[in-house]
Amino acid sequence: MTERIVVVGASLAGVHAAEELRAGGFLGQLVLLSAENEIPYDRPPLSKAFLAGGLGETELALRPADAYAALGIELWLGAQAAGLDAASRRVRTADGEVLPFDGLVIATGSRPRWPAGLPRLDGMYTLRTAADARALAADFARSPSVAVLGGGFIGAEVAATARKLGLDVTLLEAAPSLMERGLGRELGDVAVGIHRDNGVDVRCGASVVGATGSGRVDGLLLADGSRVAADVVVVGVGNEPVTDWLADSGLELADGVVCDEFCATAVPGIVAAGDVARWRHPRHGLMRTEHHANAVEQGMAAARTLLGAREPFAPVGYVWSDQYEHKIHTLGFRRPGDEARMLAPGLTGFVRDGRLVAAAGIDARRELMRLRGTIDQGGPCPARTG
Amino acid sequence: MTGGVVHVTAADGTRSAVDARFGVRLMPELRAARVGVIGMCGGNAACGTCHVYVDEAWQAAVGAVTEDELDMLDELSSSDTRSRLACRITFRAELDGIELTVAPHD
Repeated sequence: MTERIVVVGASLAGVHAAEELRAGGFLGQLVLLSAENEIPYDRPPLSKAFLAGGLGETELALRPADAYAALGIELWLGAQAAGLDAASRRVRTADGEVLPFDGLVIATGSRPRWPAGLPRLDGMYTLRTAADARALAADFARSPSVAVLGGGFIGAEVAATARKLGLDVTLLEAAPSLMERGLGRELGDVAVGIHRDNGVDVRCGASVVGATGSGRVDGLLLADGSRVAADVVVVGVGNEPVTDWLADSGLELADGVVCDEFCATAVPGIVAAGDVARWRHPRHGLMRTEHHANAVEQGMAAARTLLGAREPFAPVGYVWSDQYEHKIHTLGFRRPGDEARMLAPGLTGFVRDGRLVAAAGIDARRELMRLRGTIDQGGPCPARTG
Repeated sequence: MTGGVVHVTAADGTRSAVDARFGVRLMPELRAARVGVIGMCGGNAACGTCHVYVDEAWQAAVGAVTEDELDMLDELSSSDTRSRLACRITFRAELDGIELTVAPHD
């Protein structure tokens, strides 16, 4: 019988895994390790309401502080996992604690990448943790000019929040439009228009080659020789899975922890979930995704696998973003070669081999949601819907 | 962990009694019961797929609609004065026996 399950990582995937273990009837010892020193919190507000100062610390918490003890979950704060021996089934923390386990959920998430060759001066940020958001919010309060490097979802959200605070914002993106990987070119261009209408200096096709400033940043240098003045720089150019602590574990790593369709690794009793997991989606093959809904769903799915369920994890894929008064949603998993078809104003479908595999919408939530079943089943792309 | 019962009428009219734990949001409990609640955004009032109607007798106990919830409900053509998002309702002893109807997806 399983006696002790350790969940490594106490963000969305880890917390939901721990709760699902209890909901699924696990009565043994349940330890939830967090590398951070504060109770688990939700991440979407970090680039939006929390960054803007409109959401308190209490509301940011994922659960009330006493919720973990109420479920018999031992939440270890400041306990960074430093190593795993899969064969002898032990997790080691940076403080030297050794935790034997019967079951293990790996949910260590991802961390922001930093562009190669870009110096990291004072006033330059990435945004991943609540501590990052607090520091950035404090700097935003000094009315700086802001440059955001990276026009993906996180960069676009930070730009929108900074404008809401009345700051001067330049948004720099290497691709021809914003959030293009999720939205495609046409809606990416719509997003460019939205940000420009809200006063952001959007520069697509921009290649940042360096930063200027002595000690503190005062600008970014572009490949075309121009310079963008900025007192604060926020970098959002993608994430990498946190797997360094697993280097000697014996688990297969390939830009994430490699798992089967049940989120299980090759070692019995070890599963992975969330940003760190590269699992075999029944319809899309081996993949990894870094979005909120996936972390929630996969944490629960991995927990069920650990308890003996055999249900493949096959999410439809869902992402949302709020920017200004606009609501952006995507469904499915888009790949670069997919054909984009405008289905209605603000709604793009992505087609592969004649089948609808993904869709994106700006202020088209209702129309988009109607495509959920078709995308989930890989059905034929409908004609224009409006 | 203690809990109670939620009486749910699915969108197709089927009635069922769903066990739910006190202290947790209703959305995941209803989703697990497969009564038509989807909860795609994971409980962030962003997708509108956990829209339910709260029986009038229970509305006072449930409490007021939150602001982000109201924004979402405003977008749903099926919403009315009984509408709530199940991801914004925390189940607790005072709600034991609550009557809900799953709203049609628009």
